[in-house]
Amino acid sequence: MSGVHVTTTINGDEVDFVCPADETLLDALRNRLGLTGAKEGCGTGDCGACSVILDGRLVCSCLVLGAEAQGRKIETIEGMADGEKLHPLQRLFISHAALQCGICTPGFLIAAKNLLEMNPDPTEEEIRFGLAGNLCRCTGYDKIVRAVQAAAKEMRGA
Amino acid sequence: MPLDTSYTGQKFKLVGTRPLRPDGIDKVTGRAKYGADAFAPGQLVGRVLRSPHAHAKIKKIDTSKAEKLAGVKAVITSADLPDYTNGDRGMFDILENCMARDKVFYDGHAVAAVAAIDADTARKALKLIKVDYEILPHVTDVDEAIKPKAPILHDDIFTEGVEPKPKKPSNIAKRTEFGHGDVEQGFKEADIVIEKTFKTEQTHQGYIEPHACLANVGPDGQGEMWVTTQGHFVYRNQCAQLLGMDISKLRVTASEIGGGFGGKTHIWAEPLALALSRKANRPVKLVMSREEVFRASGPTSSTSIDVKIGARKDGTITAATATLRYASGPFYGMWAELGAMTSFACYDLKNVKSVGYEVLVNRPKVAAYRAPSAPMAAFAVESVIDEIAKKIGMDPVEFRIKNAAKEGTKSSYGPVYGPIGIGPTLEAAKNHPHMKAPLKKNQGRGMACGFWFNFGGQTCTSININPDGTAVVAVGTIDVGGSRASMSLMAAEELGIPYENVRCVVADTSSLGHNDMSDGSRVTFSSGMATVIAARNAIKVLCQRAAKMWDIPEDAVVWEDGCAKPAGANAGTFPPLTLKEIAAAAANTGGPIAGHNEFVADGAGVSFATHICDVEVDPETGATKILRYTVIQDAGKAIHPSYVEGQYQGGAAQGIGWALNEEYIYGKDGRLQNPGFLDYRIPVCSDLPFIDTVILEIPNPNHPYGVRGVGETSIVPPLAAIANAVSNAVGVRMTHIPMSPPRILKAIEGGPA
Amino acid sequence: MRYEAPVSVKEASALLAKERGASFVLAGGTDLLVRMKGGFIEPDLVVDIKRIKPMGEVKKSASGFEIGAAVPCCKLGENSALKKAWPGVVEAANLIGSKQVQGRCTIVGNLCNASPAADSVPALVAAGAKVVIQGPRKKRTIPVEQVPVAPGRTSLAKGEIITAIQLPKRNPRSADAYLRFIPRSEMDIAVVSAGINLTLDSKGVVTAARVSLGAVAPTVLLVDAAAKAIIGTKLDDKALADLAAACSAACRPIDDKRGTIEFRQKVAGVLARRAAKIAYQRAGGK
Repeated sequence: MSGVHVTTTINGDEVDFVCPADETLLDALRNRLGLTGAKEGCGTGDCGACSVILDGRLVCSCLVLGAEAQGRKIETIEGMADGEKLHPLQRLFISHAALQCGICTPGFLIAAKNLLEMNPDPTEEEIRFGLAGNLCRCTGYDKIVRAVQAAAKEMRGA
Repeated sequence: MPLDTSYTGQKFKLVGTRPLRPDGIDKVTGRAKYGADAFAPGQLVGRVLRSPHAHAKIKKIDTSKAEKLAGVKAVITSADLPDYTNGDRGMFDILENCMARDKVFYDGHAVAAVAAIDADTARKALKLIKVDYEILPHVTDVDEAIKPKAPILHDDIFTEGVEPKPKKPSNIAKRTEFGHGDVEQGFKEADIVIEKTFKTEQTHQGYIEPHACLANVGPDGQGEMWVTTQGHFVYRNQCAQLLGMDISKLRVTASEIGGGFGGKTHIWAEPLALALSRKANRPVKLVMSREEVFRASGPTSSTSIDVKIGARKDGTITAATATLRYASGPFYGMWAELGAMTSFACYDLKNVKSVGYEVLVNRPKVAAYRAPSAPMAAFAVESVIDEIAKKIGMDPVEFRIKNAAKEGTKSSYGPVYGPIGIGPTLEAAKNHPHMKAPLKKNQGRGMACGFWFNFGGQTCTSININPDGTAVVAVGTIDVGGSRASMSLMAAEELGIPYENVRCVVADTSSLGHNDMSDGSRVTFSSGMATVIAARNAIKVLCQRAAKMWDIPEDAVVWEDGCAKPAGANAGTFPPLTLKEIAAAAANTGGPIAGHNEFVADGAGVSFATHICDVEVDPETGATKILRYTVIQDAGKAIHPSYVEGQYQGGAAQGIGWALNEEYIYGKDGRLQNPGFLDYRIPVCSDLPFIDTVILEIPNPNHPYGVRGVGETSIVPPLAAIANAVSNAVGVRMTHIPMSPPRILKAIEGGPA
Repeated sequence: MRYEAPVSVKEASALLAKERGASFVLAGGTDLLVRMKGGFIEPDLVVDIKRIKPMGEVKKSASGFEIGAAVPCCKLGENSALKKAWPGVVEAANLIGSKQVQGRCTIVGNLCNASPAADSVPALVAAGAKVVIQGPRKKRTIPVEQVPVAPGRTSLAKGEIITAIQLPKRNPRSADAYLRFIPRSEMDIAVVSAGINLTLDSKGVVTAARVSLGAVAPTVLLVDAAAKAIIGTKLDDKALADLAAACSAACRPIDDKRGTIEFRQKVAGVLARRAAKIAYQRAGGK
């Protein structure tokens, strides 16, 4: 099988990989680059567990071809913390008990980070609609929304 | 010596606080490893070929072309899974469900599997397998399946539980009955009798993580499996039996679990991964797609339920009956039985009878789903309870309070209750501000009660005291929602050391004795109790070591605040020895210090909840919006209140999805039409409001800390609470779940709901 | 499968024209990848058009707007001039999928997927939008409604690519609106939908209107009778009732997993009525 050679930037690091032309970015991240933080919950863009940021845009990595990543910039959950220092969203998700099983958590954190970058002071409704592409089956979203509200407040320095 | 596990009213320093969970950082950084996140050298990709037919005979399977495809390392069919079940019908059903033998029983039933060097090759190999089917008539609807002319799934199933034994095979696998008193007499004493029939559609647990495992069986017959499961010991036992392996030869390690809700208490493709690995002699990773999860794991039952309740004008229920038909998929399950047991459990009834029928249909094998079978029964019963209250002109809360079960009540399913929470949750509902908040046009309020048994079960736990004075708690129950935090809290509480000094791990199956599943809301109760006892056993050893260090008798040492102290003046005057000091000296006082506990955790306290819900219904489209939702539930004792609240909120949210939108939709061809998250509509963030919680603590007398399970009861009332709210909003009784917009609109316009 | 990412339309068209096997255009991929992964299609060639620069741009000119075929829908919502001129088209485009999907999906992809339930299509049809098609030899422009011919099928010939969508220049006192019905608040495919585009005179009388319905027939419907019901009116109750009745009558829906015939018929009228009110208000009507 002839693969596609891809050079891309992930969490600030330039990486190379070779993948079949029809392989998704999610599979490339997980199976070729060892970045298993993005999860496959559905493979159809309906659950958001595979969320990553591609050139500043939130996307489902299950609906992106690995080949499309050529020359792009990708941010994944593995790059969200700054060394030992957690991103406020990560820290507040833990302290607000905003996760139970945790499978959706990486996707929620990536989506919430993107949401707060676009809108630093969202209303509850904006948070709920902004995160509607991420399914959580454990929490009923209550503590997730509260954690995002707390993070927004902290990040605004309010 | 019998264990004393009774509640003592102990004052807590740590239990009831909200420390950070120990697995938090792993889970917010992507480091936590779930079922699909493991890799083994030389691993192959496993894929399963599934039946497109709802019911068919397998005449022939030709795998020769697939076997010849380059990169294919193993192909298996049922021929590779010989029957080792020795006449155990339950195990045989599991075997047959994992891989069809003579017949396929549902769309999605596995017929063959391959292991190949990559996903693409595996996919191509599946296409090369030729299965020759003889298509048979099928039945997917629970009411259709029991009609006289319905296609029969198994010609060797004769309804159990009826006398004399039937002569003709039937799709009703079993009949069960519960109750007491004389219901006929009771209905005669009633001023008002209401009888109604209800239907609920099939729903799926909808965990976000698909089933996944990495199986590795060597030529020496030893095997290992990494798997997402709610019970790695049970997976081990069942897989070993189906593969003809000694249990000791299969070591199962549980991954982090991405949700289960009962669906990961059953084995599905795991035996296939092991059989593929054994045949290929290489590790095999098998991950289900979301479509496979819907088509071929275990959703809950679709049901059809008749409820009849009679009451006097003063609000006393005089008699109640229920007939419950639960579809269990193609194999027998005790789902209607659980429905029959739970249906009237909230009430103190003189005359009550419930009858359950387990109905076989051409749908996937039903698995447990959070308080399995109780939500549907509660929907039917609590709807009629509301109707009666309305007819009598009594407030629905008052009516329930008047008839609520209490300590000493003989329950409808047999046992006599100890101290229970139904009355207190109803009183709390009555006094909750939610109950008095004003409603606008097209809005309605509903409330309902729910019950779940809670289970205990086999449990084995170890605590090891480390040389530096920290402790490791090894449990055999899967952490589905923060239980490692609760275990650490309880161990720290007993040992008298900081929470941060305890690390709780889920041990693999070779490191502990058998543990039952993380089911029946049993983990904080059972493993928690085992942790407390193991800690107390460790304390005994710590006291012995202190006695040795002081050279005084063992019984002259007591344990207080994390220290050994002389029991009194006669014991001598020694400064207290901390756990850390005793641990540091262990090498010279007898070696490692540990405490263990293995037992059957009895006395799981029953659990009750009352939910209140406000909805707004768009009268022109039938769309329902949940405006406000309050959960009131008895936790016995909330060890880590944040995660108790999380269980309340999560159960309510699942119930809301079930009530409004979630359903398996089958075509006339018997195929599932919505096997994906696009058209199987679980609630999204913007569908829900904040979910308020009220935690009541009525101690369970059988647990040292008073703990009751909290995980399941929260899904029991929502179907009924929302149905009552919608019915109040639109002025028509809704009798079919989910109350999807087309069903509500039809009901508003006068058609059958 | 081969993956190609040409930088010019010509190159893309030539690649598609030359390919003997199954070839597909990749823009956002939110439909294409789902179909690939589900095994519904097995492409031999996928041509990614996102590296063709003009395809990623929204241009405003005297004759209206031209939206490149690779512009993700989120960018439409971020374009205030477009949003002001065609709020209905933008809100329809922004209803497709989640934030994640918005970052990728395109209205041309939505159109070419040829689903009767596509969200942006009824709004584009109501708006009178046109598509610019580049073929191996010639370029042509056709109305949006002529692209889908049946569920999953378009009128595009081999080698043809839609390069852009054109929205006409806005007359004064004109506005559009789009509403869809979904069971949840997000993430669903429309069960039924309605797009309205209208122009008022200075007195608030509707002088021109286009009414479209989605998910009630094999392709999006443009309902002339519904437009006639409101032209010449101030959108009084009778006009609204006539509009709803005309819409319900025009529906030719099916029963499926998303809804019933009778539900779709009823709700088509309801949505048209509600969307008309929104468009009327946006156009300055009171």
